[in-house]
Amino acid sequence: MRKSLLALASGLLLAGSVSAASAADKLKVGFIYLGPIGDLGWTYQHDVGRQALVKELGDKIETTYLENVPEGPDAERAIEQLVRAGNKLIFTTSFGYMDPTLKVAKKYPNVHFEHATGYKRDKNMSTYSAKWYQGRYIQGLIAAKMSKSGVLGYIGSFPIPEVVSGINATILAAQTINPNIKVKIIWANTWFDPGKEADAAKALIDQGADVIMQHTDSPAAMQIASERGKLAFGQDSEMIKFGPKTQLTSILDTWGPYYIERVKAELAGTWKSEDTWGGLDSHMFAMAPYTNMPDDVKKMAEDAQAAITAGKLHPFKCPVIGQDGKEVECKGGANLADGQILGMNFYVKGIDDKLPGK
Amino acid sequence: MELIEAIILAVLAASTPLLIAATGELVTERSGVLNLGVEGMMIVGAACGFAGAWLTGSIFIGALFGIVAGMLMSLVFALMALGLAVNQVATGLALTILGIGLSGLIGAGFVGERITPAAHLYVPGLTDIPLIGRVLFGEDGFVYFSVALIVGVWWFLYRTRAGLILRACGDNHVSAHALGYPVLRIRTFAVMFGGACAGLAGAYLPLAYTPFFIPGMTAGRGWIALALVVFASWRPGRLVVGAYLFGAVTILQLHAQGWGVGIPSQFMSALPYLATVIVLVLLSRARTGGSTAPAALGTVFVPDR
Repeated sequence: MRKSLLALASGLLLAGSVSAASAADKLKVGFIYLGPIGDLGWTYQHDVGRQALVKELGDKIETTYLENVPEGPDAERAIEQLVRAGNKLIFTTSFGYMDPTLKVAKKYPNVHFEHATGYKRDKNMSTYSAKWYQGRYIQGLIAAKMSKSGVLGYIGSFPIPEVVSGINATILAAQTINPNIKVKIIWANTWFDPGKEADAAKALIDQGADVIMQHTDSPAAMQIASERGKLAFGQDSEMIKFGPKTQLTSILDTWGPYYIERVKAELAGTWKSEDTWGGLDSHMFAMAPYTNMPDDVKKMAEDAQAAITAGKLHPFKCPVIGQDGKEVECKGGANLADGQILGMNFYVKGIDDKLPGK
Repeated sequence: MELIEAIILAVLAASTPLLIAATGELVTERSGVLNLGVEGMMIVGAACGFAGAWLTGSIFIGALFGIVAGMLMSLVFALMALGLAVNQVATGLALTILGIGLSGLIGAGFVGERITPAAHLYVPGLTDIPLIGRVLFGEDGFVYFSVALIVGVWWFLYRTRAGLILRACGDNHVSAHALGYPVLRIRTFAVMFGGACAGLAGAYLPLAYTPFFIPGMTAGRGWIALALVVFASWRPGRLVVGAYLFGAVTILQLHAQGWGVGIPSQFMSALPYLATVIVLVLLSRARTGGSTAPAALGTVFVPDR
């Protein structure tokens, strides 16, 4: 009780200080969040990044965030609201904000925008994202080692390239351990609906999957896997609390260093539009400790992580065989080109499911 | 065999919050009041329900917290829409927005905490019967309560005098008033009953379904409950069918995806809603004459003194 009261009180204090501060010469930095900051996943990690930013540069900047902003036309209004409130650098933190951000960016050429996970840029609009597929590759290795049934369960959000490349990386990795590995994919068609995510996890387990992977935001799937005595991977943030004997690892988004770097550039007047796509080597994301697995599997995971970080191992090393059995054109020399991964809209061989919309 | 049982169990769990919330709203609407704030009352019920269970360690007390929270929310609505005769649609929408904000505030200190979910019934022998054992004798208390609730509501509406009076208020508040019935008081009770049910339905989510609290975790279920009442043409029997049908389509579409049925998942996700619309059309075509909605639904009543 005391804890909750304290949290409530500090929340109120925070809200108070945001509205009270009017500091004229502080740089205003705005954030648009998809979910509530308490989602324990995607939005939560962005807010952890924002807090790191405040801690580092709090005396020079003032941050504002809008949470629960739906993707689509509504977002445009929210972004403009931040512009009108005097924010000079605005981070829009979900794929679906891409077109709204671009529209507002064109309207306000003197404001700088940073859009997460998109591919459209302008002279005042950067993009930033992480090569999560590298983490998914490591998860695929672990999953194949740990699965007894040989069936993996994958909960997808929307069939966008980021999610599809994650599924492909997982399977390509798993196939190196068990060539006959099967994956069952369920699309929740939402990023955040704990009940539905739980239902999807139940369905996958009921159909024989014993390792659950998710690309949705809440810890519901982890909890179901834990209830049923199966294994699972967390998503975006540390979810081991919801499955102490269940979580194998989790891809942790670590946005803080990037936010600090970009705001420093803005303060110094050196900000320019860029396309940042950081991998394990850039600290855009990290892997949670490898838990609930034997030492040899842990070592394999750590070795793979080291190899990927050092650039010695690439999840999409050519030849990559598509679902149709044909080799995918290799545009990046030894590996698929970044552009091919960023726009990935096909399944690799070994997935006997159809990609929605194909 | 096991898979069928697992599917039925998942369907029941997914349908229960919808059934409880919709039952409450059905009574509210039967008295002539349209409270669109179900989603808001549910999410506050979820936050308070989790808080209650986390603080006391008792799921039962958590559920009571949820019920009381939903009721308090509905009293705000009653005060505005009945006491001050404010537009019901606007008040209901405002209640939802208020509820979403309030639940975030109440739940802020509880995000990331977890509780032991509601226990499931276990009757030696009976629960172990294949296929139907766990479905009939292995549910949590909420599921049994939801069935008792809808049967009780049916009995109340159609077999008691009080139920008849409540329906009279919903169909013609002027006549009910002329006969000497306290229309606004009856409606207030109906609204509070709706609030209590919504609060309980919300509390079900963090207490039994996904045992943690996250802001926004009702994810639109309150709106579905509202639609179910219309779908059921304000009749308890059809409400049961509607709630379980909706739950079944929701769960089956997930399984169909897992089996790799070659139908786009976006279409599958839309199926429950599509099914609702189709049944609505069929129902309205099959009916002969007139709407089945309570005649005075959503209209403001100011008694002449």
